[in-house]
Amino acid sequence: MNLTEQFLARSAGKSRVSPGDIVTIKPDVMMGNDVTTAVTVRILNESGLDTFADKNKMFIVMSHFVPNKDIKTSEMTQSIRKFVEKHKLPYFFEAGKGGIEHALLPDEGYVVAGDVVVGADSHSCTYGGIHAFAAGIGSTDLAGAWVTGKIWMRVPETIKAAFHGIPKHPWTSAKDFVLHLIKEIGDDGATYQAIEYHGDAIENLTAEGKLTIANMAIEAGAKNAIFPFDKAIEAYEKGRARRPLNPVKVDPKAAFSRSFEWNVEDLEPQVSYPHLPSKAHPISKVMAEKIKVDQVFIGSCTNAKIEDLRIAAKILKGKKLAPWVRGVAIPASQKIYLEAIQEGIVEIFAKAGFAVTGGTCGPCLGGHYGIIGPGEVMLSTSNRNFVGRTGHPKGMTYLCNPAVAAASAVVGYIVDPCEVMGK
Amino acid sequence: MLEKGKSYRYGRDVNTDLIIPARYMSTTDPDELASFCMEDIDKNFVKTVRKGDIIVAEENFGNGSSREHAPIAIKASGVQCVIAKFFARIFYRNAINIGLPIFEIPEAVDDIQYGDILEYDIDKGWFKNTRTGREFQAKAFTPEVKEIFDVGGLIPLIKKQLGKA
Repeated sequence: MNLTEQFLARSAGKSRVSPGDIVTIKPDVMMGNDVTTAVTVRILNESGLDTFADKNKMFIVMSHFVPNKDIKTSEMTQSIRKFVEKHKLPYFFEAGKGGIEHALLPDEGYVVAGDVVVGADSHSCTYGGIHAFAAGIGSTDLAGAWVTGKIWMRVPETIKAAFHGIPKHPWTSAKDFVLHLIKEIGDDGATYQAIEYHGDAIENLTAEGKLTIANMAIEAGAKNAIFPFDKAIEAYEKGRARRPLNPVKVDPKAAFSRSFEWNVEDLEPQVSYPHLPSKAHPISKVMAEKIKVDQVFIGSCTNAKIEDLRIAAKILKGKKLAPWVRGVAIPASQKIYLEAIQEGIVEIFAKAGFAVTGGTCGPCLGGHYGIIGPGEVMLSTSNRNFVGRTGHPKGMTYLCNPAVAAASAVVGYIVDPCEVMGK
Repeated sequence: MLEKGKSYRYGRDVNTDLIIPARYMSTTDPDELASFCMEDIDKNFVKTVRKGDIIVAEENFGNGSSREHAPIAIKASGVQCVIAKFFARIFYRNAINIGLPIFEIPEAVDDIQYGDILEYDIDKGWFKNTRTGREFQAKAFTPEVKEIFDVGGLIPLIKKQLGKA
């Protein structure tokens, strides 16, 4: 069995599963954010269902509209706080004490290698980066999972994605691997399917890089992404994991519905044009178009982990944003924000001219702290550039890695980081 | 039961940010969400939609965010069901879970235009385009989806299973 099949079989208590089977699994972590949990709480209150299978597996992370951006949001999130208080839920994270769920939960060891996770947020597929089965669900599914401790899943077909080689371009990163994959298979290329990653280029990535790739599986429509357990994930878990790791072994006889092999030696940093992540183009082509940017956003669950911020800071150190560029930087969690302060990264960002805050999704989903206006161009390290996603429906969002974002913020146009840093 | 409604026909990748943008998600009230439904793709939708109308779209309807606000807004707007070539995975689950019927009928999508009047029977998954005279039959739901669909959603099913119905 491939990795996803092994995880689903184990959680369902079956010796073997095949694509198309319906299984009932028992997740280790069942998570919601402020926006999705508000709906879950409404559903639970209206239904009268108020007993839960295991409160220690219920996680609520306030990430989207917090600190509360307006009165309506404050009112909406009050329902969640009352719910948490009433049921004495142990794992509730407010702004300032948590961050974006997909950065917080693996980085602080609440989700560990070997877990089965469902999350009421589409980017819940992120945890596959540290060898977990993790899939996004909606608010009603979350309510059902909380009450019963179980949820049904269709065993998906799995796409094998193998990456080989060492990129020649010094600023090509994990983000560029996944933008390339989405371009190749399409925005719906993995709908209802799993993506399993292999190859020497994948083994060379840090766990944080793997998390970035898994994070964007949903942008190809995937149910989940999953990586083999390796030394990088094992090292990442040391000092983080709050529960024992529970990895599975790669089965040499595993079957896949489709297989892709990509060599990344010539892969340049990628930039996805409005309004789809699949519209990725190599930086050399993008740079020739001289695309002027109004705002640069370094943040989101995709690319605001400490590793991402270090890369951006390396480029921004001692430099200033172009006069017309507005910079927004949001380290993805409170822990990462503190690390960035201690390492001098926040100072580098602030001196360059970035507005910096901590631990919220911000403009990634058009929430707050940097919403773009009509006709404006935002270059973003986030994951999605749909019409109206980051603000006004006539705004234009381009997606890229943290190095391209930082260099472009300095120049004021979308550029190859080599323009700022040399070859 | 035989019903009649107008078609709102859209293209591919009608994502959940288009169905209900995040700027309107500071509420969980279905009627308030419905008042902004489809705003960035079709400003006429909210002004003209009537109970019993149907959304028809091409591939990958409901992709992107997991926000259940999207099917909630569609259902509260009076739309009776959504027909698409196929749906994004989380949207599919969410719609069935809240009792919004959705059907994958590619040939119907190719036949139907914006504004066509459809006759239909939701329980049977049967549709007729009155403009072309063509009839369409949706495939039966899988057993686990049908079990949820038949009782009107996941919460009614769980209540039934727990003996709390």
